[in-house]
Amino acid sequence: MKRFLGFVRKEFIHIFRDTRTLVILFGLPVVMIILFGYVVSTDLKNASLAFLDLSKDDVTTTLTDRICSSGFFRKTADLSGHQDIDRILRSGKAKAVIVFGENFGRELESGKKPRISIIADGSEPNIATLVTNYATAIISGFTQQPTLTNQSSAPVIVPEVRMFYNPSLKSQFMFIPGVITMIMILICALMTSITLTREKEFGTMEVLLVSPLKPVQIILGKVTPYFLLSFVNVVTILVMSRLVFGMSVKGSLALLLAESMLYILLSLSIGILISAVAKTMQQAIFISLVGMMLPTVLLSGFIFPIENMPEIYDWISSVLPPRYFIVIIKNIMIKGTGFAHVWKETLVLAFMTAAFIGLAVKKFRIRLQ
Amino acid sequence: MPKAIESSGICKSFGDTKALNDITFNINEGEIFGFIGPDGAGKTTLFRIITTLLLPDSGSMTILGLDSTVGYKKLRENMGYMPGRFSLYLDLTVEENLNFYASVFGTTVKKNFELISDIYSHIEPFRTRPAGKLSGGMKQKLALSCALIHRPRLLVLDEPTTGVDAVSRTEFWALLRKLKQYGITIVVSTPYMDEAMRCDRVALIQDGQMLSIDSPQNVRDGFSRKLFSARAGDKYRLLLALRDYPGTLSVYPFGDSIHLTLSEEKPGRQLSEYLSEKGINDATIVETEAGIEDRFLELMGMDEIKNP
Repeated sequence: MKRFLGFVRKEFIHIFRDTRTLVILFGLPVVMIILFGYVVSTDLKNASLAFLDLSKDDVTTTLTDRICSSGFFRKTADLSGHQDIDRILRSGKAKAVIVFGENFGRELESGKKPRISIIADGSEPNIATLVTNYATAIISGFTQQPTLTNQSSAPVIVPEVRMFYNPSLKSQFMFIPGVITMIMILICALMTSITLTREKEFGTMEVLLVSPLKPVQIILGKVTPYFLLSFVNVVTILVMSRLVFGMSVKGSLALLLAESMLYILLSLSIGILISAVAKTMQQAIFISLVGMMLPTVLLSGFIFPIENMPEIYDWISSVLPPRYFIVIIKNIMIKGTGFAHVWKETLVLAFMTAAFIGLAVKKFRIRLQ
Repeated sequence: MPKAIESSGICKSFGDTKALNDITFNINEGEIFGFIGPDGAGKTTLFRIITTLLLPDSGSMTILGLDSTVGYKKLRENMGYMPGRFSLYLDLTVEENLNFYASVFGTTVKKNFELISDIYSHIEPFRTRPAGKLSGGMKQKLALSCALIHRPRLLVLDEPTTGVDAVSRTEFWALLRKLKQYGITIVVSTPYMDEAMRCDRVALIQDGQMLSIDSPQNVRDGFSRKLFSARAGDKYRLLLALRDYPGTLSVYPFGDSIHLTLSEEKPGRQLSEYLSEKGINDATIVETEAGIEDRFLELMGMDEIKNP
């Protein structure tokens, strides 16, 4: 036990003396959260709009105000004719142009269909779709106000849409579980594989092997500090998401932390396995990044829904641990479901952890090659 | 005399390269045993087999009475090992390195301090300095302290003085001499021939083969011919001339002189006439005592250097 503690202490000294390690350990999660939370946001906020108002009556003015006061849009220009539309879209000063036809107000009041069009910049499809959807929603909401339309006209049936669990469809709610999933794989797998291969590269592994330390002691001594620090990281991310994005954990916090521990353990065992295969730090970094990071980002359902993928990717992703953890963490954080709904995924993770640890210990060489 | 290591017929290959071929030797308990050989001779491979880090392809090795392949766990508790590269944690201070290795072996620095006190006194002034910022000689002493901290019965040092300045090397060997009094068997390798004289016995090793095992004095005495040392103002011209001389058996530069053996009993008129013919008039040739290096070169068959 004393040997083990001595080893853990040494490992902590390594971590806290190396600024690069510290930056990756603690800087990276914060940067990622901020990055994904703000920069890679898929929400619409203050999108620039231009208006071409050919009727210039009270109704169009009110509607324009309504659109611009929604918070989603910001008026950047008033156009005088159709010829300006192409110019302003090309210049990028507006993501879309809203054109009110002539006699807009009068036709609306008389029950006719007034002409209105939204011309969006299709070179950015995602934004174009968002802009048109949001604008259409505002406009149709406006035109269905009973005071504006003729009372005698037939009632329009509009379904009332409500988003459960994430009422305002904030994309951070999507990203924070994803970022936790990704960071844990990154830190645990990458850092443990680096720290183990570093001993190989610096020749200190030779001395450790020619010591009475058992392989299990070496591995546990290496992994324990990272386990603790990763756990601190999860807590930090949760606190940050609460403070910065107002995202609280809907379900049981204890369950979430317990599941996180399981996932951290799994990632660490992957890291140990990588270090058993890799001979140098560079190899370890390569395997961790290409083998773990990329699939996590692309195939785990973190950004791109698995349902939309070709079947083969679905199969590939089913062996990726992050896929299951994302389901678990989203369920607990966003939907607030209990263990009853995530036990299957938990079981898969537990099984994977056991398999990886077994393999890692078996693969750990008690001699040099 | 009890044996610390008994090795017989050890072979080890890496792919097609035969790193060690039929290595057989015995090392007595409590002696300083040196493996001398050039880079690539197989010293490090042999040391890794001794330290149970590698398994031999064939042959057997008994270390401290234990079979090295089966009893490796017990062996590792009684062995101190210093690999060829500095095996220290460069970001840890001198003290932290020492404490770490002590804890790994389940002991404390205090318990075995008398064993390392001599060595440690050299580096104590720098005990709060990271190991990476120590000089080569200091690093070496720290690594030695770390290898000794658990009071091993067998100390294995792979090229401990490579890359260390001359003064530190001398100090280092003096420290090893002192360790002998604690009954520790020391196995050391070096590419430096002059260090061979400081061992109790040496083994000459080249291309994975054992050439000779004996005390340094006996190895020197094994030199089969009379050895002469030649000097002249223009050393290079002298060397070229001696190479072409028909009576020369072997000739090679040695420090600031040239060592040669001759087919004739001693350099006579024939040789001096030959040299002045070649325009070398200031040559002095005297008989000299063969060193380990001379014997080693003879064993390696470097005699043929004459007719490349």
